[in-house]
Amino acid sequence: MKTAIIQYNGGNVCSVQFALERIGANAVITDDAETILSADRVIFPGVGQASSAMQYLRNRGLDRVIKHLRQPVLGICLGMQLLCDHSEEGDTSGLGIFPLQVKRFQVTTDLSLKVPLIGWNTISNLASPVFGNIPENSYMYFVHSYYAPLCEYTVAQACHAAPYSAALQKDNFYAVQFHPEKSGDDGQQLLKHFLNLY
Amino acid sequence: MLAKRIIPCLDVMNGRTVKGIHFENLRDSGDPVELAIRYSEQGADELVFLDIAATNEKRKTWRQLVYNIARHIHIPFTVGGGISEIRDVEALLNAGADKVSVNTSIFRNPQLIETLARQFGSQCIVAAIDTKPFDNSWYVHLNGGRVQTQTRALDWAREVSERGAGEILLTSMAGDGTRNGFSIDITQAIATSVPIPVIASGGAGTMEHFAEVFEQGRADAALAASVFHDGDIHLRDLKTYLKSRQIPIR
Repeated sequence: MKTAIIQYNGGNVCSVQFALERIGANAVITDDAETILSADRVIFPGVGQASSAMQYLRNRGLDRVIKHLRQPVLGICLGMQLLCDHSEEGDTSGLGIFPLQVKRFQVTTDLSLKVPLIGWNTISNLASPVFGNIPENSYMYFVHSYYAPLCEYTVAQACHAAPYSAALQKDNFYAVQFHPEKSGDDGQQLLKHFLNLY
Repeated sequence: MLAKRIIPCLDVMNGRTVKGIHFENLRDSGDPVELAIRYSEQGADELVFLDIAATNEKRKTWRQLVYNIARHIHIPFTVGGGISEIRDVEALLNAGADKVSVNTSIFRNPQLIETLARQFGSQCIVAAIDTKPFDNSWYVHLNGGRVQTQTRALDWAREVSERGAGEILLTSMAGDGTRNGFSIDITQAIATSVPIPVIASGGAGTMEHFAEVFEQGRADAALAASVFHDGDIHLRDLKTYLKSRQIPIR
């Protein structure tokens, strides 16, 4: 099986490759359309800023490539947010797979709600095959200032003052707000389940 | 619910951890990768690696080590020590670090925070602040504490947050190495004055100290070195204890 990790100037993508190596899977990091199209699995990672990431993808025509993929695609963190219609971060138009407006967490006056959200948060209402046997209320590692609200495609929730989408799924598109590559054993399980879909 | 984080810190010199580290059944106690795996298995939420002998000629060894750590552990880690330029940060993130901790360089050149946050994202920029009290006020100290400044820690914390740092690593030099407990007052003052997470460091001696810094100090994370390395507090016991105190812990 061939797995492609989409390279864009969104930051550290080698962590995802290392995580796949640890579960015995080979993956290439690439921004080449042909390589992405011919892969069996595509991972769309991301740490970084939304508008510059979208710009990078558009400049290489990868926005259209990603939208039309038919194999299982896993968006991670910024990758998940870019699969939505729009993000408040840099007023960025996304790829429109999920009909969602990504919003910034609002800082409260008493500063009790920390932004960025950094750390291990629980996920619940798990409703996707990528979770397999991962139990309800497992901890996953999140790092983000923007969030996707709940919607009909939400397949896991997390909470930071209010509930939001920790995972989304529609057709062949799977997306997680947390970093499975940094979420210990449960995160590793999720990546395995994704590679073993169908 | 978002958990409070427990973060062991490893000081590294020439590719080896320094300070005595006493784990049972560990053949080579100085190998940072082996220790990182061990701590991660014991339930560490994150790890911090400080290059305490950062020099130009040793940068390459350090990056190679960061790369090896990233390949072997599946929890996040921060690296710090001698980071002064964009290219230092870029090299470390490319080697697989999740975050970098910057200290003296951003104090000397505060605009560097904005530059780094814009280029790499706030989430990977940890502003480290070393502080010590003088005349009832806490002041920023630089160069590992050797240089005292006239800037109050609280003012500097607000500034790094406004300039785009994603987190503050607050080390109380009054507490560091004493094992008398974290400095609750300054931790609480800063944690309730900035919107970004605060990692408290310096002074951990007992499990009770960790509970205090979360409950009264309002810290989002607590970092310690020697109590873990010496085996005085086992991570698993600490987490069980904090859970029994109703503190959200993974």
